[in-house]
Amino acid sequence: MSSISVSTTVNGDPVDFVCTPDESLLDALRNRMGLTGAKEGCGTGDCGACSVLLNGRLVCSCLVLAAEAEGAEIATVEGMAGPEGLHPLQRAFIDHAALQCGVCTPGILVAAKALLEKNPDPSDEEVRYWLAGNLCRCTGYDKIVRAVQAAAAEMRSA
Amino acid sequence: MAFDSHEKRQFKQVGTRPPRPDGVDKVTGRAQYGADVTAPGMLTARILRSPHAHARIVSIDTSEAEAMAGVKGVVTGRDFALPEDAGLADIAVNVMARDKALYDGHAVAAVAAVSPAIAKAALKAIKVQYEVLPHVTDVDAAMQPGAPVVLEGRALESVPAGMSVNVTHASEFGHGDLAAGFAKADRIVERSFKTAATHQGYIEPHACLASVTVDGKADLWCCTQGQFMVRTVCAALMGMEASQLRVTASEIGGGFGGKTTVFIEPVALVLARKTGRPVKITMTRDEVFRATGPTVSTSIDVKIGMTKDGRITAGEARLRYSGGAFPCGTVDMGAMAAFAAYDLEAVRTQGWNVLTNRPKEAAYRAPGAPQAIYAVESVVDELCQILKLDPLDVRIRNAAKKGTKSSYGPVFDDIGLLATLEAAKAHPHYKAPLKPGQARGVSCGFWFNFGGNTCVSLNVNTDGTVGVTEGNPDIGGSRASISLMAAEELGIPYDKVRTIVADTASLGYNDVTDGSRVTFSVGLATIAAARDAKVKMCARAAKIWGIDDEAVEWKDGAAWPAGPNAGQFPPMSLAEIAAVSFQTGGPIAGHHEVNADGAGVSFGVHLCDLEVDPETGKTTILRYSVFQDAGKAVHPDYVEGQMQGGAVQGIGWALNEEYIYGRDGRLQNPGFLDYRVPVASDLPMIEAVILEIPNPGHPYGVRGVGETPIVPPLAAISNGVSRAVGVRMQELPLSPPRVLKAIKAA
Repeated sequence: MSSISVSTTVNGDPVDFVCTPDESLLDALRNRMGLTGAKEGCGTGDCGACSVLLNGRLVCSCLVLAAEAEGAEIATVEGMAGPEGLHPLQRAFIDHAALQCGVCTPGILVAAKALLEKNPDPSDEEVRYWLAGNLCRCTGYDKIVRAVQAAAAEMRSA
Repeated sequence: MAFDSHEKRQFKQVGTRPPRPDGVDKVTGRAQYGADVTAPGMLTARILRSPHAHARIVSIDTSEAEAMAGVKGVVTGRDFALPEDAGLADIAVNVMARDKALYDGHAVAAVAAVSPAIAKAALKAIKVQYEVLPHVTDVDAAMQPGAPVVLEGRALESVPAGMSVNVTHASEFGHGDLAAGFAKADRIVERSFKTAATHQGYIEPHACLASVTVDGKADLWCCTQGQFMVRTVCAALMGMEASQLRVTASEIGGGFGGKTTVFIEPVALVLARKTGRPVKITMTRDEVFRATGPTVSTSIDVKIGMTKDGRITAGEARLRYSGGAFPCGTVDMGAMAAFAAYDLEAVRTQGWNVLTNRPKEAAYRAPGAPQAIYAVESVVDELCQILKLDPLDVRIRNAAKKGTKSSYGPVFDDIGLLATLEAAKAHPHYKAPLKPGQARGVSCGFWFNFGGNTCVSLNVNTDGTVGVTEGNPDIGGSRASISLMAAEELGIPYDKVRTIVADTASLGYNDVTDGSRVTFSVGLATIAAARDAKVKMCARAAKIWGIDDEAVEWKDGAAWPAGPNAGQFPPMSLAEIAAVSFQTGGPIAGHHEVNADGAGVSFGVHLCDLEVDPETGKTTILRYSVFQDAGKAVHPDYVEGQMQGGAVQGIGWALNEEYIYGRDGRLQNPGFLDYRVPVASDLPMIEAVILEIPNPGHPYGVRGVGETPIVPPLAAISNGVSRAVGVRMQELPLSPPRVLKAIKAA
C-alpha cells in the first residue's frame, strides 16, 4: 500500500504526517505523532476513549481515517491545558475525584469540553446523554457528572 | 498490626480529600498506560485464536507465515515450557494452546512482525488443522453424565465418585442441625437461580512491551494488577530467574480482578527472545472478551426457613460454578459468603466447580460472592413478601454481629453490618414514598477482604520531603491514600510526600492489587515504615542532643526531648533532622515487610428504587443508595468512588451484561455494542453513605472497601424487579426480553 501524505493542524500546531490508506486517525495520532492521550478501548466506536474534535466535531478517532484529516483542525486532550494551567474541566475532574483508573478520562474531557462549548448550562440529564458514548467502568459516572457541572458553573461565571 | 485503641486519635489528614498525586498526569494525557510506550526496533505481535469452542489441534503449519517479508518470528504452544505446578501449567496452556483448543478465542499461535499490518496478514497464512470436538458451555449441562469432557483427570479428591468428569472441585461449609432448623420454620422457600458470566469490562485492553537481551536479561512493561505476580509466572514459563526479569507496571486502565493473571506477557517475552527485538502486544476488544476475564457462570439452589416473625431457622445452598476450561476454586468463596450476613443456628452450603468450554475465569471484584448472595438475598426477600415483613427489619433481626459464628466458620470480631442496616433504615431513601408501578429492592452484601504480602520503603529526603516506594499498581487513587497515611503518621503536609509504584527490581515482593488489600495492607506497612523512620529520626536527635534515644519522642512532625529532658532542647522537625542527616549517620529511611492479616470483613446494604416498562420489560433505576462500613475512610472521595463504581458494575450485571454463546459454542457478543455495560444515561446519581466502624486489625482502623459494593446490586435489583412485576425473577441478567417473558407468563 502506498503511503498518503497528510497536512493537518493538531492542537493549533501545523503537523504533516504520512499514513497508510487504511490507517485510523487514532493510530496516526498515537503512533505517528506520539499523542497517546487518546486511547483505543474498542476500535469500533463503542467506548469513546479515543474521542477527539475534528473541525470542532466530536468524533471517535478510531472510526476516522487518518487520510480524512487532510486540511482539518484536530483537538486532543493534550491541547486542553494552556500555559496558564489546566482547563477548568481538568481541574474539576481532579477536585471531584471524577477519575479512578483514568483511561477513559481523556476522551470524557474532550467530549465534555465539546458539550460545554455548545451548551454552557446543561442539565444533569443533558450531561448524561451527551456522555453516553463514553464508557467509564470505574466511577459509576456520579462524580463525572458533578465535575462537569462544577466546571460549567465556573466557566459561566468567568 | 492492631488498631491504635490506646489513644483517642484526632486525624489531621486522614479523612480529608486532597487532589490525587497522579491527577494531573491523568487529565492531561501524560499518564502512560500499557499500550502507550514504544521501543527502538520494536516489533508488533498478533495472536491467532481458535474459532472453535473445543477442538484437537492436529497440526500447525507456520512455514508460509514465517517466509513472509517483515515477519520476524512465529511461536506456538511448543515454544512454551510447561511448569510442573498445576496452577502455573494451566496458565501456560491458557496463554497458548498445546494439543487442544479449549474455548472460542483460545490462543494457538502468535506472529511478530515489523508492522501491525504484516503481523495481521501473517496470521492468515498460518494453517491450523483442527479436529472439532463436542463442546459444552452450560454449567448444568457440563455436570450431566455423558457431557463432553473438557479436560480429564482434573478432579480433586474432594469430588465424590460418580460425578461428571468435568467436576473438578467440591466444598462444603456450615454448622448446626439443618433438619431441626427447617422443622422450626413457619415457611420454607426453595428456589433455583442462574447467573450469566460477565466480564470485568476494563476500558484498557491488555497491552505489554517485552525485550530480552542475548545474555538473558529481560524487561517487561505491562498493565497489570501485580508486577510481582507477572514476574513469578513469566519467569517460570520462560525458565528464567526472577532477578533477570524486571517487570514494570504501567498505569492501569481498570482491572477489577481481570488483570491478576497473565495472557499476552509470556507470548511477548518468548517472541522477544526468539527475535532479539522488543515486542509489543495489544489485545483488541474482541480478544479481551473472548480470551480474558469473565466471571464464573452459575446455577444455584437455595432453601431458607423462616418463622412468621422473621427469624431465619435454617439456610441451605447448593452452588454449581463454572470457571471455564480450567479448574477454579471460586465456588469456595461463594459457598463461604452466601450466608455470611446472617447469624444462623443451622446453615450448610455445598459448592462444585465444573469445567466448560469457556475462557478461564479471572477474578472480578469479590469473586464468587455476588452470585451466591444474590440467590440467598432473593429467597430472603421472597420470605419477607410472603410473611409481610419489612425486609430491613428481617435482616436486622438476623444480622451477624461481633461474636457470631459465621456461616463459614470463623467468629466475627467488630463488624459493621447492624450499623449499616440501621443507617439504611433511618435514611430518607427508605422512607420515601413509591409511585404506582415503582418498587424498592434491598440486599445485603459481604466480602472477606485480604491482607497479604506487602513491602514498603519510606525515604526521608534532606529537604524534609518524603518518598514512599510501594509495589501495588494504583487502580483507583491508592497513591493518594498511601501519601495521606504517611503524612499523618510523620506529621508533615500531604504535599511533602510522593508515593511511587516500584518495578520488581526496586522493592521486595508485593501481592497483587486484589482482595481490597492495598489501602489496608500497603497503608499498614506505610504506617509501620513511617514509625521505623521516626524511631531513627528520634535517635538522630538524641545523638545531637547527647541524650538517650529513649528520652526522645515524636509528636507533631518533630522529635521532642521527653521525660527528665523535656524542655531542655527545642524540638527538631523532620526537615531539620533530615537536613543534617549526613552528619549524624547518613540517609534516613523506614521499611516494613509483612504478610498482613486482620483485613477485617466488610458488609454493605443497597437500596434501589426502580420501575419496569410493562410494554418492553426495560428496567429503569430511579434512585440508588449504598451503605457500607469502610472502617476509617482514608480518602472519602475514593471510598465513595469504590462504592459508586462497584454498585454500577453490579447494576450492569443485574440488568444487561452476559456472555452469550451460540449453539456452535462461540461467543456471540464480544464487543461493547452487544455486551452492554452501563452508560451515563442509564443511571441516576449513586448516593454513598460511609460508615466508619474501626477495623481492629489496622492501626487507623482501615478496612478494604473495593469489592463489597458489587455484591448487593444483583439481588437489590432482582428483588425490586420481582416486586414491580409480581413475579419472582430467578435468572440474571434481567434483560428486557427476559423480564417481558416473565410478565407475559404471569
